[in-house]
Amino acid sequence: MSSGEIAAVVLAAVLAAVCVVFVARPFLREPFPAGDSLDDLSPADRERLRLAEERDRALAALKELEFDHRTGKVSDADYREQVGPLRQQAAEAIRALDAGMSHG
Amino acid sequence: MPELGRAALVVALGLIAYSALAGAYAAVRGRRRLLDSARNALFAAFAATTAASVVLLVALGTRDFSFVTVAKSTSRELPIGYALSAFWATQEGSLLLWLLVLTAMATAALALNRRLTSDVLPWTVPILAGVEAFFAIVLVFVSSPFATQPPPADGLGLNPSLQNPYMVAHPPFLYLGFVGLTVPFAFAMAALASRRTDERWIVATRKWTLGAWAFLGFAILLGAKWAYEEVGWGGWYAWDPVENAALMPWLVGTAYLHSVMVQEKKDMLRLWNVVLITLTFSLTLFGTFLTRSGILNSIHSFTQSSIGAWFLGFIAVVAAASATLILVRLPLLRARTKLESLVSREAAFLYNNLFLVALALTVLWGVLYPILSEAVRGVASTVGPPWFDFFAVVFGLPIVLLMGLGPLVAWRKASLRSLGRSVAWPFVAALATGAALLAAGAGSSPAGLVGYSFAAFVAAVIVLEFARGTRARHGLGDGGWISSFAGLVGRNRRRYGGYVIHAAVVLLLVGAVGVGGFSTTREAKLGPGDSVQVGDYTMRLLGSTQERGANASEIRAQLAVSRGGDDLGTIAAGKNRYFAEQQTSNEVGIRTDWLRAEDLFVIADQFNPDGSVFVKAIVNPLVNLIWLAGLIFVVGSLVAMWPDAREQRRLERRFAEQKAFARA
Repeated sequence: MSSGEIAAVVLAAVLAAVCVVFVARPFLREPFPAGDSLDDLSPADRERLRLAEERDRALAALKELEFDHRTGKVSDADYREQVGPLRQQAAEAIRALDAGMSHG
Repeated sequence: MPELGRAALVVALGLIAYSALAGAYAAVRGRRRLLDSARNALFAAFAATTAASVVLLVALGTRDFSFVTVAKSTSRELPIGYALSAFWATQEGSLLLWLLVLTAMATAALALNRRLTSDVLPWTVPILAGVEAFFAIVLVFVSSPFATQPPPADGLGLNPSLQNPYMVAHPPFLYLGFVGLTVPFAFAMAALASRRTDERWIVATRKWTLGAWAFLGFAILLGAKWAYEEVGWGGWYAWDPVENAALMPWLVGTAYLHSVMVQEKKDMLRLWNVVLITLTFSLTLFGTFLTRSGILNSIHSFTQSSIGAWFLGFIAVVAAASATLILVRLPLLRARTKLESLVSREAAFLYNNLFLVALALTVLWGVLYPILSEAVRGVASTVGPPWFDFFAVVFGLPIVLLMGLGPLVAWRKASLRSLGRSVAWPFVAALATGAALLAAGAGSSPAGLVGYSFAAFVAAVIVLEFARGTRARHGLGDGGWISSFAGLVGRNRRRYGGYVIHAAVVLLLVGAVGVGGFSTTREAKLGPGDSVQVGDYTMRLLGSTQERGANASEIRAQLAVSRGGDDLGTIAAGKNRYFAEQQTSNEVGIRTDWLRAEDLFVIADQFNPDGSVFVKAIVNPLVNLIWLAGLIFVVGSLVAMWPDAREQRRLERRFAEQKAFARA
């Protein structure tokens, strides 16, 4: 074995050892700060997340509608027709979220 | 030190295999420590792959010909820049580059989305590891860059066509694009596997997708610039299978980038988006298969090899696994809202999606046709550029028109009257452009005429969108005009960055139509002192010169160029004869007129003993708009990708709300 080969083997062994220690690190920390079980969502959590998404989507759509109306892309008539249902959608999502919070 | 390279790759494979298995077990059982350990293994795999890459780079830099890869792709006289670029010129090196980029991107994606990938999408880790495992297995068992041999006195050198600065840059950008698209694919599959199909995976991967798509688009243009200069037929895109290999995922990725906005805004197209990102990722693998397998004849014949079966197998596994997962999770992918009107932004996105995917599948059919015809009839028939050009026009023109119409249509529903009002000025611009071109005698190419009219339509829409938006913000009291403009772009970077990208596409279209429809070619055998006229240029052969370059003998025809009596200097075109490679390359002469954006493109062939030279000269009008489009494309992509702190805060608030509630 040449000195180059010996150096390569030593370096490879060091690389492997460092990697193994790094991979094992989560098991070397006691106690593990975050607990060992992954978070999972209950059906109620999923529904709340869906409502929050719906609320944010409706609010963003309202903002966009306002801007499109201001730039002339949406006519007054179209604006009047669309703004009501969007406001209602946002309000319903907020109400459902609030109801969930108070009953949760 | 080939042993170190080999060992580093074995370590990387071990880490990746552990990550895939331990990560999958942790995701199924909900074990946080094991998942963290699996994620650390992917980080460590990046370190090990980097070590292997450094070994190969050092071997290339020092021309260690005991490495088979180094001996077959470099020589002692090869300039150092090209010697290092041989990393991705060989099959083994390019696979190593793929693994290096993939492990780097996986590390970055997991580190930047640490909370998301451990709590919400734990399957991201094993899925990324699964993709990495394929490349690591091929590198360790099939195509190692660290194979050794008794060192020869000199190497075989690098294929001359690869000795070009654009080809030095093209593959790394291409891989950043191809490999970057693994991240949204992995997150999408993880979202399905983890039953978390809410908006988070899309938000987390938005910039990754856009970045990878931008890299891919930029790489395609770098490749086109290389083909223009190095392949030397005067064009920039030849519908070559390997060129198409990069174009297909870019087209489907473009469709995905648009349709994912519909999911964000309207909670529609969930299934379509997952299918699109899967198709995009599969096409990146298929593209690599095409490039590396040598299954098709291509101008990129330097890439032929024998790992095609491995890639086909992996593509089949990816397609089968993704399709199964999508089918199993179909109930989670049902849309909650419906299309309200056929005249709406989301409908426009849907139409653009259909045309983009149709174009991509048509290109795919054209690429596969020789293979299928050989399998069925025993004779390999090919479809040529006219076939591709036809479909590029059929599907491309509606896409350009929709690029203009889409931004003018409101979300949800637009009345035809308000759409008509918005379209009026762009329509006038399109008509005026068409009429002006007809009057100027440019009606010889009807598709070109329509293309230019549509380009004018889109350009007018972009200008109007910026102008109306700035005026609206100014009306809201957003300071002066400049701060109103900055506020407009800053508050909706994706939209206005997207418009800049649309402007780049318009420029590209104008340039492409200019070259394709209005170029002038002239061929002549010139003796010393003879002249030839091409377009409004006159070229006179002054004589020929021969010099010794770093690693080649360079023969050039020197031609004096003039236009309308004005002396425009000389242009040199000829050939290089490479010593180590024992190959000859065409070295074209190009004179660029930046004001007209046109090139005088000269190919010199047949240097005869009597001093005469056969010359082919082409005037390519507007060709430089194609390269300018590349730069504008990069600027638009950067604007669109720039982090938006307000949006980040909004999302964090939503999920903090959720967490706080879950704890309460």
